[in-house]
Amino acid sequence: MTKSTATLMQKEHSSPAQLGFWLYIMSDLMLFAAFFATYMILRPGANDGPSSGDIFDVNFALVETLVLLASSFTCGLAYLAAKYKQKVSFTRWLAATLVLGLVFLGMEIYEFAEFILAGHGPDHSAFLSGFFSLVGLHGLHITAGIIWGVVLLGYITKRGLNKNALRRLGLFSVFWHFLDVVWIFIFTIVYLMGVVS
Amino acid sequence: MDLSWLIGRLGLEHLPSEPATIGAAIGMPLMALAVVAGLTYFKKWTWLWKEWITTVDAKKIGIMYGIVSVLMLIRGIGDAIMLRMHTAAAGITGGDGLFQTDTFQQVFTAHGIIMIFFVAMGLMFALINIALPLMIGARDVAFPWLNSFSFWLFAVAMILVNFSLVLGGFSNGGWLGYPPLTSLEYSPGPGVDYWLWTLQIAGIGTLLSGINFIVTIISHRAPGMTLMKMPVFAWSVLITMVLVLLAFPILTATLSMMTLDRLFEMHFFTSEAGGNPMMYVNLIWAWGHPEVYILVLPAFGIFSEIVSVMARKALFGYKTMVAALTAIMFFSFLVWQHHFFTMGAGANVNAFFGIMTMIIAIPTGVKIFNWLFTMYRGKIKFTTPMIWFLCFVATFTIGGVTGVMMAVPAIDYQVHNTLFLVAHFHNTIIGGVVFAFLAAITYWFPKIFGFRLHEGLGKIAAYFWQIGFLLAFMPLYALGLMGAVRRLDNYDNPEWTPFFVVSGIGVLAITLGAGMLVVQIAYSVYKRKTLRDKTGDPWDGRTLEWSTPSPAPFYNFAVIPKVTRRDEWWYQKLDGVKSLKRSDYKDIVLPKNSSLGFVIAVLVGLFGFGAIWHVWWLMIVSMVAIIYFAIRRGLDDDVEYTIPAVELYRLDKEARG
Repeated sequence: MTKSTATLMQKEHSSPAQLGFWLYIMSDLMLFAAFFATYMILRPGANDGPSSGDIFDVNFALVETLVLLASSFTCGLAYLAAKYKQKVSFTRWLAATLVLGLVFLGMEIYEFAEFILAGHGPDHSAFLSGFFSLVGLHGLHITAGIIWGVVLLGYITKRGLNKNALRRLGLFSVFWHFLDVVWIFIFTIVYLMGVVS
Repeated sequence: MDLSWLIGRLGLEHLPSEPATIGAAIGMPLMALAVVAGLTYFKKWTWLWKEWITTVDAKKIGIMYGIVSVLMLIRGIGDAIMLRMHTAAAGITGGDGLFQTDTFQQVFTAHGIIMIFFVAMGLMFALINIALPLMIGARDVAFPWLNSFSFWLFAVAMILVNFSLVLGGFSNGGWLGYPPLTSLEYSPGPGVDYWLWTLQIAGIGTLLSGINFIVTIISHRAPGMTLMKMPVFAWSVLITMVLVLLAFPILTATLSMMTLDRLFEMHFFTSEAGGNPMMYVNLIWAWGHPEVYILVLPAFGIFSEIVSVMARKALFGYKTMVAALTAIMFFSFLVWQHHFFTMGAGANVNAFFGIMTMIIAIPTGVKIFNWLFTMYRGKIKFTTPMIWFLCFVATFTIGGVTGVMMAVPAIDYQVHNTLFLVAHFHNTIIGGVVFAFLAAITYWFPKIFGFRLHEGLGKIAAYFWQIGFLLAFMPLYALGLMGAVRRLDNYDNPEWTPFFVVSGIGVLAITLGAGMLVVQIAYSVYKRKTLRDKTGDPWDGRTLEWSTPSPAPFYNFAVIPKVTRRDEWWYQKLDGVKSLKRSDYKDIVLPKNSSLGFVIAVLVGLFGFGAIWHVWWLMIVSMVAIIYFAIRRGLDDDVEYTIPAVELYRLDKEARG
């Protein structure tokens, strides 16, 4: 690590924006925690409809997981490229991240549509309300992340990799990795445990 | 013609139909019209826009929080008068009282929401915005724009709750709106939706403020001020904001779930299709109990400052004070179930939560003793804030003791949902929170406006509040023990009537107290020349806010003070204050004003309005606009400006006369 990157990183860690963003992530975790807890409580409430074991396809969810994990990896590469001022490489990796994010979102929408068309919409039972809102909340976050990423890409294309761009990219990558972590919990608690029980 | 695509379920049938609400529905638009006319006549629109609406200065935002809260206090007291006059009249005449049952229910729901969210929380943020940055030697909060956005969310939510009077009516489900009563099946109207969106919007504003103030305290303290050298008020704000950060997302989640239940017919909290109403009660109190401490901890911080200044002694037991605050933060998340011992969770669960609740009394007791020992052998100045403090100690302690009584599940089974409970929490919230905030207004008023509030009138107000409080709520303890349930609009037990009548008289006495506060402010404005604070330090204070001139300049401190010990300003005064040299002044950077906080908050309000009335296009349009403006703000790199040292020197000389 060269000296300039060392000072750069030090600066980033002491910035109030960074601290504030981490605090926001913490509050977001509490939000997800409430939805997780509710889902766990409501899971037995299937109302003569399907239970989790009946409808979840764990292989499909596994592919979703891999896509999202891959997007986190490319996001990391984009950040590194930005740090070393390699604009072309940065643009490529961030674009890859966003495309993978879109693929993930598309798969999630496909799954939702499949359930709803089969008559298993969120208004059918408490279990399905809990499922749709927990996974949907994550999907909303991914959507927000994609919008943010697109805006960032546009900004950096126009104004270059200046100090502000790097700061924003740092926050974006924290957000994106955070969504990955939350998804791992969704995969485990909703899909894996749902199929096992 | 079917206009539902355009106006959702809006319709003329939602206009008010009862005299009391019609009066409000006519009065409020008239008042708004008068304000608009006044602003136009005096050509004040530009001033309002430039100096207030777009401001990002924490002190001005604090003042706006204060104005909204005081207006809402008046409405909240109005609601309280209606409630107690109704119950007194119902007993005396033996009839149905003054209002229809539905109106009575809307009034107690609105009273609760307004007093908690728009008076207590509002005053809390007013005082934090005004005092905290000054106290820790900061120029402003960490994120000034976010601060303005938080305030405007708060203001928009306030407008929404009041607008329900004009159109649609408010929820009648109580301040926490338990389902299944508030479910789509039993409350299909817009009232519950008003309640949901009011809380949701105000709650998000609070959450953002929480993040803002934690970062402010962590990274914007004056050089040398380590955490253990901070004033206790700053500590109390830090702990409170940690509670906000952890508790308010639960509120957001819970309200979102109920919104989904009502908007998309989901089944989180319905009593059918596997839904679980008790889940709601658990979730709402997992937020609601920490919320109680969110209100009262800053109050403790305020009194810690006031007692130490008025007793002219360093605070007794600073470290135990901090430890007690931290302990309360921890335990406040472990007691929520005591709000529904009667749910039937079983003896062991109830015992656990009962014991946890009693344990909280220990750190709280530590604080009370610390204040008493601070006064011991001090040369006490019996100023207005001190009078509030003395009223507080007596009143709040009673409230605490009745709280411990109810922490015993066996006793709680007897008094659950009775007026005993109502008396208890008013005892802690009025006697604890409101007294503290009114004391703090008197205490910090000169720092912001440059002149003191009249002492004599302030003391009279305090006495009225204290006596009124006792008259209004002591009878409720008795009624609760006699079996009167809360939210009761009608009773046929003549033995209760005298208690309700005394309580009604008490409310009138409190109203006089509130009226005295208004008189005090008006008279002090009139006499502002004689009450002027020339020194910047009218109470002989101990903390940094008193080291800068009054009214505090927009840059807070011309030169950020260096801190070496607790109560820095007090010891600087003992050592002899060194005046600043010309070379001490450096260029400073300040945030630029921005209209986007206001604009986005208004759009959020429109989004909520659309959701309440099912006007889908409005929701979509405002959401797109919110995203657009958020991006614009996010990409704006030009958010600061510099005041050169020369200019700063001139400004500072001017401020110091």
